[in-house]
Amino acid sequence: MSRLHVVSGKGGTGKTTVAAALALALATEGRRTLLVEVEGRQGIAQVFETEALPYEERKIAVAPGPDGASAGDAARGGRRPGEVHALAIDAERALLDYLQMFYKLGSAGRALKKLGAIDFATTIAPGLRDVLLTGKACEAVRRKDKQGRYVYDAVVMDAPPTGRITRFLNVNDEVAGLAKMGPIHNQAQAVMRVLKSPETAVHMVTLLEEMPVQETADGIAELRAAGLPVGGVVINMTRPAVLGTGDLDIAARGARAGVAKALSQAGLGGARRGGLAERLIDPLLEQAREHAERVDLERAEHAELTALGLPTYELELLPEGVDLAGLYRLARELRRQGPI
Amino acid sequence: MTADDPTLDAPAPWLEVDALLDDPGTRIVVCCGSGGVGKTTTAAALGVRAAERGRRAVVLTIDPARRLAQSMGISELDNVPRQVKGVDGASGGELHAMMLDMKRTFDEIVEGHADAARARAILENPFYQSLSAGFAGTQEYMAMEKLGQLRARDEWDLIIVDTPPSRSALDFLDAPKRLGSFLDGKFIRVLMAPAKVGGRAGMKFLNAGMSMMTGTLSKLMGGQLLRDVQTFVAAMDTMFGGFRTRADATYRLLQAPGTAFLVVAAPERDALREAAYFVERLAAERMPLAGLVLNRVHGSGAAKLSAERALAAAEALTDCAEEEAADIPLGAAAGAAENLEPDGIVDHDGGKAASGTADGPSPAPAAPAGHPPVSAEQLAAGLLRLHAERMQVLARERRTRDRFTALHPEVPVAEIAALPGDVHDLDGLRLIGARLALDPTHTDAPD
Ligand SMILES: Nc1ncnc2c1ncn2[C@@H]1O[C@H](COP(=O)(O)OP(=O)(O)OP(=O)(O)O)[C@@H](O)[C@H]1O
Ligand SMILES: Nc1ncnc2c1ncn2[C@@H]1O[C@H](COP(=O)(O)OP(=O)(O)OP(=O)(O)O)[C@@H](O)[C@H]1O
Ligand SMILES: [Mg+2]
Ligand SMILES: [Mg+2]
Repeated sequence: MSRLHVVSGKGGTGKTTVAAALALALATEGRRTLLVEVEGRQGIAQVFETEALPYEERKIAVAPGPDGASAGDAARGGRRPGEVHALAIDAERALLDYLQMFYKLGSAGRALKKLGAIDFATTIAPGLRDVLLTGKACEAVRRKDKQGRYVYDAVVMDAPPTGRITRFLNVNDEVAGLAKMGPIHNQAQAVMRVLKSPETAVHMVTLLEEMPVQETADGIAELRAAGLPVGGVVINMTRPAVLGTGDLDIAARGARAGVAKALSQAGLGGARRGGLAERLIDPLLEQAREHAERVDLERAEHAELTALGLPTYELELLPEGVDLAGLYRLARELRRQGPI
Repeated sequence: MTADDPTLDAPAPWLEVDALLDDPGTRIVVCCGSGGVGKTTTAAALGVRAAERGRRAVVLTIDPARRLAQSMGISELDNVPRQVKGVDGASGGELHAMMLDMKRTFDEIVEGHADAARARAILENPFYQSLSAGFAGTQEYMAMEKLGQLRARDEWDLIIVDTPPSRSALDFLDAPKRLGSFLDGKFIRVLMAPAKVGGRAGMKFLNAGMSMMTGTLSKLMGGQLLRDVQTFVAAMDTMFGGFRTRADATYRLLQAPGTAFLVVAAPERDALREAAYFVERLAAERMPLAGLVLNRVHGSGAAKLSAERALAAAEALTDCAEEEAADIPLGAAAGAAENLEPDGIVDHDGGKAASGTADGPSPAPAAPAGHPPVSAEQLAAGLLRLHAERMQVLARERRTRDRFTALHPEVPVAEIAALPGDVHDLDGLRLIGARLALDPTHTDAPD
C-alpha cells in the first residue's frame, strides 16, 4: 500500500478538502498520518478551522472511529483513535533546514539569508523551491523512530494543480540533471526514488465537468509518461440525478395536464390554464430541463473517467459547504469506498 | 452579526458592462480571480461583446479550454493575436485573440534585448531553459509582459487580459515586483563578481564571507550548476535594466485610468472571501477596480414558490402516489401513467437543449431501460424536489453575496447566470456576454 498520497486536480475542484479528508480516512485505529501543504496558502488551517499553522508538525485532528463511532467512543473502547498531524511547508525554512542538515551552517545560513540568497533560491529559481518541498515530504515519508518504525503511517500532500503536478514531482530529475554531482544531486536522486516507487500514489480530484475531466485525463497521461505512479480518481461534488431526460420528454409532450392536476392536488393552486399551478409548470420544466442536460453531461464525463481504468471514489456535494463535520463525513465516505 | 443581515444594506450598485465596454476611454480590462471561477470565459465573452459593439478588441487568454480555443481559432501557440472569425463586424468592430506562450514570450524578451551572440548564450543556458519553461510565477510575469507588448503595438483600442490560474489571485500583481527585488538584490552581485562588492576597507570581512559563500554554494549546487547560474546572470545583466523598466511601466499601466479590473468570483464562500481580499489589495495598490463579476449564479422562474412549500407538496404527492400504487395490482402499476402519450418521444423542441444533447434523429429512450414510466404525480414530485434544491442554492448564493456586499458596498456587481453546460463556442460566449450586460433589476421573476 502507498504511504505517500499526492492529491492533485484542477484548481478549485477540492484538492485541499479531499487531501484533508484522506488524511483523516487513513488514520484508522492508532495510525498516524501527516497532512502537508506546499503552496503557502494555509488551506489546511482553513479546512480544520484553526489558526494559521507554523512551520512545524503538529497534531491537528483525531480521526473518526470505525463505523461512525466518535473518537471519544474509540478511546473509551480501549482502541486508540488515529491522529492527523499537519505541516505547512515553508520553502525558505526548508532550505535553511537543509543547509543545516548538510553543512551545519549556523551563522553562514543567516548570512545567506541576509544576502538574499534564500530569496533567490526560493523565488527566482522556483525549481529549487519545488525540490525543497518534495524533499521535505519525502523526508517525512522515510522518517523512522528509535524502534525503527515509521513515524507516519501515511503522508498526504495537498499538491499543486494538474497543470503543474508532473513538473513539480519531476523537478528532482531536472535538478539531478542540472547539478551533475554533489549533495544536491544525490538528494534529488533519493527523492526521485521515493516518488517513482509504488510507495507513492498520485490521486486526481475532479468534478463531472468538461474541463476538469479533460485536465485529469491529460494529467494522468503526463504522469504516466514521466513514470510517476498514478493512484485513483476522486470525483468530487457529485449530485444525485432526480430526473433523466427521458422523464422530461414525457413531461414536455403529454403530461402537462396531469402534472398541473398533481400540483394543484398538492395545494399549489388552480390547474386550469392561467391557474397558479398551471403557471408553475413552465418554469419548473425549464429547471428540470437544465438539470437533465447537466445529468446527461455528467454521465458522459463519468464514462470518460471510467475509461481511464483507474479506481474511482465519489464524494457528494455537501449542500451547506464543508465545515468540520462535513469533512469527517467525507473522510468516512472515503474509508467506506476504500482502500485508497 | 450585521453582515448576515442583508436588510441593513442597500443592494450593491449594478456594474454596467456595456457602458464600460462602449467607453472609448476604457483601454484595458483585466479579468482576475481565484482558480476555475470563469476568468477565461468572462474575458473571451467580453471580447466578443466589445467587438460586436464596435470596438477593435484583442483578448489575451491564458490556458483556455481546448474546445474554446479551437472555436476561436487560437489553438496554435504562436504567440501572436489572430482575428477571430464569426464575430459580427457590422458595427465596425473586430476581435483578435491569442493564447499566451510563456516560454516564447520569455525568449522574445531575450532576443529583443541582447545582441545575437549574447541572446544565443542565454537561450542555450540550461538554467535559463528550466526557468523559462515555467515554474510558478513566470507565467504571471510573462502575462504582464505580453500585455505591455500588446499595448505598445497600439493596434487595438481595447485589450482584455485573462490572468493565470494562480495559487492566489494576487500572484500576477506580485510576480513582477518579485522579479524587481531580485534584480536589485545583493546576491546577484555576489554571484557575478564577489570582488567588486568588497572594495572599501570596511567591507573586507564581508568579502571574506562572500568567498566562503560562493565556496559553499559551489559545494552545494555542484560547481557546474553554479557556473551555469553565473553565466546566466552575467548574460542577462545587460537586459536587467530593460526588464525592470518594463515591469515598472506595466505596473503603471495597470494603475492608469484607462484600465479596469474585473474581479470574477463564484457565489461561494471561499471564492468571495478571496474576492474581498483582492478588492482590498487593488485599492492598496491604487489599481482601478470596475466591479465584481459573479459567475454561475442560479435563478428561478418560480422564485415565489419556497423550498419548504415545494418539498411539502412533493411529499404529499409521493404519499398519495404510494397509496394508489398499493391499491393497484402489481402488473398494472404502469397503467397509472394514464395521461402519458403511449409512443412518447419525438425530438423535443427548443433549439438549445436539443442541440446539446440529442445525437441525430435516433429515437431517445423514454426512460432508462427496465424502469417503469413515471406517473404524473411522481413527475410533479420530482419537479418540486428539483425546485426546492434550486431555491436552497439560490438562498445560499444570496447570503454569500450579501455578505460580500456588506463588506464592500461600494463595489458594483454584475451577475452571469449558470448555464447548464460548458461554454465552448462563440454562441456560448455571446450568451454569457448578454447575461453579463443584463440589468439585474429587470431579471427578477415578474411576480
Ligand atoms: N464535496 C464537497 N461539497 C461541498 N463543497 C465542497 C466539496 N469539496 C470541496 N468543496 C468546497 O469547494 C471549495 C474549493 O475546495 P478546495 O479549496 O478544497 O479546492 P482546491 O482544489 O484545493 O482549490 P485551489 O485550487 O484553490 O487550491 C471550498 O469552498 C470547499 O469547501
Ligand atoms: N456561467 C457559466 N455557466 C456554465 N459554465 C461556465 C460558466 N462560466 C464558466 N463556465 C465553465 O467553467 C469552466 C471554467 O471556466 P474558465 O476556464 O473560464 O475558468 P478560469 O477562471 O479561467 O479557470 P482557471 O483558473 O483554471 O484559468 C469552463 O469549462 C467553462 O466553460
Ligand atoms: Mg487548495
Ligand atoms: Mg483560465
